[in-house]
Amino acid sequence: MPAPRHAIDWEAASLRIVFVTMTVFAMVFLIAPTVIVLITSLTASESLKFPPPGLSLRWYYALLDADQMQRAAWNSLVIAVWTTVISVVLGTAASIAIARGRSKWIKACDLLFMSPLLLPALAFGFAALVYINKLGLSPSVPLLVLGHVIVCVPFILRTTVAALSQLDSALLDASHSLGGSQWMTFRRITLPLIAPGLGSGAFLAFMASFDNVPVSLFLADERNEVLPIHLWQQIDTNLDVRTAAASGLIVIFTLALMLIAERLAGFTRQMR
Amino acid sequence: MNLSDIKLVLPLTALFAVFFIAPLCVLIIMSLSTDAEMHAFTAAHYVKFFGDAFNYSILWSTIWLGVKATLVCLLFGYPIAWIAARAKARWQSVLLFLVILPIMTSVVVRTFSWIVILGRQGVLNQIVLGLGLTDEPLRLLFTETGVIMVLAQVQMPLMVLPILTVMSKTDPNLADASRALGAGEWRTLWKVTLPLSLPGIIAGCVLTYSACVTAFVTQTLIGGARLVYMPLHIYQQAVGANNWPFAAAISVVFMVAVLIIVGVLGALGRKSETYARP
Repeated sequence: MPAPRHAIDWEAASLRIVFVTMTVFAMVFLIAPTVIVLITSLTASESLKFPPPGLSLRWYYALLDADQMQRAAWNSLVIAVWTTVISVVLGTAASIAIARGRSKWIKACDLLFMSPLLLPALAFGFAALVYINKLGLSPSVPLLVLGHVIVCVPFILRTTVAALSQLDSALLDASHSLGGSQWMTFRRITLPLIAPGLGSGAFLAFMASFDNVPVSLFLADERNEVLPIHLWQQIDTNLDVRTAAASGLIVIFTLALMLIAERLAGFTRQMR
Repeated sequence: MNLSDIKLVLPLTALFAVFFIAPLCVLIIMSLSTDAEMHAFTAAHYVKFFGDAFNYSILWSTIWLGVKATLVCLLFGYPIAWIAARAKARWQSVLLFLVILPIMTSVVVRTFSWIVILGRQGVLNQIVLGLGLTDEPLRLLFTETGVIMVLAQVQMPLMVLPILTVMSKTDPNLADASRALGAGEWRTLWKVTLPLSLPGIIAGCVLTYSACVTAFVTQTLIGGARLVYMPLHIYQQAVGANNWPFAAAISVVFMVAVLIIVGVLGALGRKSETYARP
């Protein structure tokens, strides 16, 4: 008796084929710009032609003399560090209340803290400029940091509240019943357990601040130019190849930080 | 709400009151003032905005830009999430890493690389001309199509992640039951998987949409000076023309428009969650 032949289930296979094809196409589309910027930054020529006629590190060396760009990068770094530190402290405290709170008021606060993600950031940047102007102040680094905290703190709240809600409350009860104070329980039990979520949020907030244009556009003064705005103006006026090298450096740093975050905190898992 | 919770949430609430709510209130007052010194009240700036077809068309093209870019993100983001939800843990991490990478890389850098790709002698035109698909180089830089392509690439993670979150929480037995009862894969997708993932789709649409309409850097660098969207309009009026009351009025109109759309989507989202309940 001949064995029954297994016909391919085309109906089932077709969905998989369509979805895999679309995913592959989308992934190429997602990754190509990053790869192309890296290759372009290694060009030996004076123009941004792709593929580059020859490879060299000359534009990376040229960055060593780009004083203005270096200053802008340093400003951005300082602002991003301050923004992250303040956002982590205020965000973690608020997250604890939000994660265990059931009241209407806590829900309203949560909505308020998340709203900078949804509102047009440029409109907020302009509002902040009008506001500090009416208070008789002028743009400065501390005010810029506060503006960045407003738009960056939602990232910390999202990942930290998610991490806190996974926390087993029995562990906290055990610590209390064994005589641990609130602060000690937080430091020895809660903090280590939410560290991956908090760390991932802090990383997102740091990158969001380092990369922020809409708020910095209004709150950064001429003396404290930030890197993304400096690069944006470079691209808008003259397509300098040094911009490509700076872009290449940013991509390499981002990749390195992401790999470290993935190793330490399971970054991609925290994002879901 | 007990005392310790209040103490925990108070510092951030105070910061938001002083540096988020207060500026927005001042912005609204500014939009209703005759001049930047805020001497007297007037509704003239709103009348001017809605009386001029130019302003109107900018608002509409911004709203539509967001809709189109969000739909492109959904079209490609859904299959990515579907594949990722079914992939082995290791592959899922790789896939997610690659999806998140663009959003972590500086937006200026990403937009810059797109200029290299989309230009007249850019990578894309070299491929298209090389394959003989067209005789003329495609015009993508400084067009709406170009802006939509770049926005879709930049904001894709905002669509994929919420869908994946919902998909990995749904009971896989439901899809199995559908197949066991004789529904094919497509029918299962359409009747079971898709409705169950609706809360994720809507959350993704809200995030993608609000990010796309406000993406100032992408809009200005890829769209150029001729394609004006709301963020550039605000910037030009505020900084270029130094007309703060009018810039404030445009900002308020833009914020209200975004909030209405996000609010409607959010209401749909809450409704769609009832699908997942037994």
